[in-house]
Amino acid sequence: MNTDAATTTQIELDREKGNFRYETDYAFDAGVGLTPATIDYIAGVKGEEPWVREFRHKALKTFEAKPMPTHWATKDLEAIDFTKIRYYLSQGQKPSRSWDDVPAAMKNTFERLGIPEQERKFLAGVEAQFDSEAAYSRMKEGLSKLGVIFVGPTEGLKEHADIFRPWFGKIIPTTDNKFSALNSAVFSGGSFIYVPKGVKVKQPLQAYFRINAENFGQFERTLIIADEGAEVTYMEGCTAPKFETATLHSAVVELVALKGAKIQYITVQNWSNNVFNLVTKRGLAHEESEIRWIDCNIGSRLTMKYPGVILKGRKARGEVLSIALANDGQHQDTGAKMIHAADETTSNIVAKSISVGKGRSTYRGLVQIPKHLKNCKNNTECDALLINAHSRTDTYPAITVRGEGNSVQHEASVSKVSAEQIFYMRSRGLSEAAAMSLSVNGFINDLVREFPMEYSVELKRLIELEMEGSVG
Amino acid sequence: MSSLDIRHLSAGIGERTILKDFSLSIPKGEVHAIMGPNGTGKSTLAKSLAGHEDYTITSGEVFLDGQPLLGLEPDARARLGLFLAFQYPCEIPGVSIANFLRAAVQARLPEGEEVAATAYYKRLHEKMDLLKMDRKFTARSLNEGFSGGERKRCEILQMMMLEPKYAIMDETDSGLDIDALKIVAEGVNLMRGPQLGVLVITHYQRLLDYIVPDAVHVMWDGRIVKSGGKDLAHELEARGYDWVSQELAPAGK
Repeated sequence: MNTDAATTTQIELDREKGNFRYETDYAFDAGVGLTPATIDYIAGVKGEEPWVREFRHKALKTFEAKPMPTHWATKDLEAIDFTKIRYYLSQGQKPSRSWDDVPAAMKNTFERLGIPEQERKFLAGVEAQFDSEAAYSRMKEGLSKLGVIFVGPTEGLKEHADIFRPWFGKIIPTTDNKFSALNSAVFSGGSFIYVPKGVKVKQPLQAYFRINAENFGQFERTLIIADEGAEVTYMEGCTAPKFETATLHSAVVELVALKGAKIQYITVQNWSNNVFNLVTKRGLAHEESEIRWIDCNIGSRLTMKYPGVILKGRKARGEVLSIALANDGQHQDTGAKMIHAADETTSNIVAKSISVGKGRSTYRGLVQIPKHLKNCKNNTECDALLINAHSRTDTYPAITVRGEGNSVQHEASVSKVSAEQIFYMRSRGLSEAAAMSLSVNGFINDLVREFPMEYSVELKRLIELEMEGSVG
Repeated sequence: MSSLDIRHLSAGIGERTILKDFSLSIPKGEVHAIMGPNGTGKSTLAKSLAGHEDYTITSGEVFLDGQPLLGLEPDARARLGLFLAFQYPCEIPGVSIANFLRAAVQARLPEGEEVAATAYYKRLHEKMDLLKMDRKFTARSLNEGFSGGERKRCEILQMMMLEPKYAIMDETDSGLDIDALKIVAEGVNLMRGPQLGVLVITHYQRLLDYIVPDAVHVMWDGRIVKSGGKDLAHELEARGYDWVSQELAPAGK
């Protein structure tokens, strides 16, 4: 580990005012590699309570003890070198590149998606931050009138511990898997949200407002609590490609929907092709509540993500709608987990994957309905579309249903965009690329419609671009 | 040069030659019919002209208004003004008729020009009304769950929206009841005019009562063996295809 005695500048995030300012601080640079000293550095920089520091240390031990899950997951995971990763990025350390070095393809995508000039530089890794202060402040004002809390983990655990601490690490325990342990040790950035009883937040809350070095960060930790009867939608990510030198992203997202509450969590992920994106997402749905994950994975080298819902209360409902696009050199290993733990709970999984070129898509679905439960229902539909001869798709459903009056329906299909369909469309004057993207968009159409409009328009364009590149 | 000129075309699938030295010229403004028994090359003709990759052209040339057609990609041929009404139109799940046709109309516009939405929908509804198609069909996925008759009507709708120079109708009448047949024929007749040349490929004479051709050609063993006026169709119907094999193509199989 690098123990540089020189002073390091870093960003101090004052989320309360929407202010982003620099401050000189600590004598040590966290450097590369992960040791207890790294944990102390992070906890120190953030001024965390002792219990949080302790939580992190325990998690580090768990992380080190757990093996890599290559017995069931891809061996590509072995390419991750934990000793070479920076676990806490501060302003001075973030590598930068010049606009000239940005690949033409990425610039082209920005152009085609209509990304504003100032955002392009941030997304392309040319500038370290994007100042969205004004938009963020306005949103904060409106929310605080409703009593909604929307802060980062540091502030959440310090200023609102009474609200967040009871649930923190309970939906996804540190020990859940190696990467939830890693996140629990080094988490930084993310959103902690509390919506009071009966409050229905109309506007989707977006992480995008608070873009900075941390928030598009490697180890985000998000916790959203919707109190009884509350409703909230949260959106993270964007369709624009995001350049990252950091190769490992390991986020943890915990959702809690109390009685009659509704949480909708929408993600669009388009990391550059060098990133390992290993995420644990799970929601706890109480009586008559609803948790819905809408997930779109287009980027990264390897994504492993299985959003799940524990249906704890009677008549709770869980849903996962997932779109994955795997192009050359990409593996999208995604799916869903539905754990029924009460009567009359329902779950719905619709997963559509597209494999292009040498891309690989994997679906893993877990559905559990134990024998003592009654009148539970699950519906799963997983469809895969293969575009070229070398693309690959695998499906691993793990369905356990017992008891009386419970039903499960599982449909799976694999199809290729048929040559006949392409010829038919071309005979009307559409180019091969246009025909391909029309087919692909047709395949995912009913899922894309679930995204808020700005996203769905961008998503369609993004897929057109991906298809154009793949034809031939 | 206002015609679709097919000169000495030989084509087939794999090792098999199906079209043998086939020649035909369809001038703009005329409707020509090709009749013949199954297996004689009618579909091969349609698909080869459209540029289907399964079919290999071994010799011959095709000119559309003087422009060479063979060697062009299927979409380039379409943009040049060729339209094929398929015998078995396939389903395109998730792609609505409205969006599909809009993309097709857009493909013909010069770079940068966009389809004007209101004008487009007005036209689309107009044509659908003419074909007695429920306007709700615009939102339905192309051909998904459509009956044979509905698919054929959809082919004619596309033809009306795309306004081709030359239309090849591949056994459009197969699977149609008399009412659907009349509607389809009416659609085609509405389009007839000096700017359009039509090649109607059919097995039965009945369609030609409604789309009255300017010329009828009989196809046998990959080529045209007899040509005549519209009465030739009636003669063929009366005497059957055996007459063709015995009298018109005695040297063949």
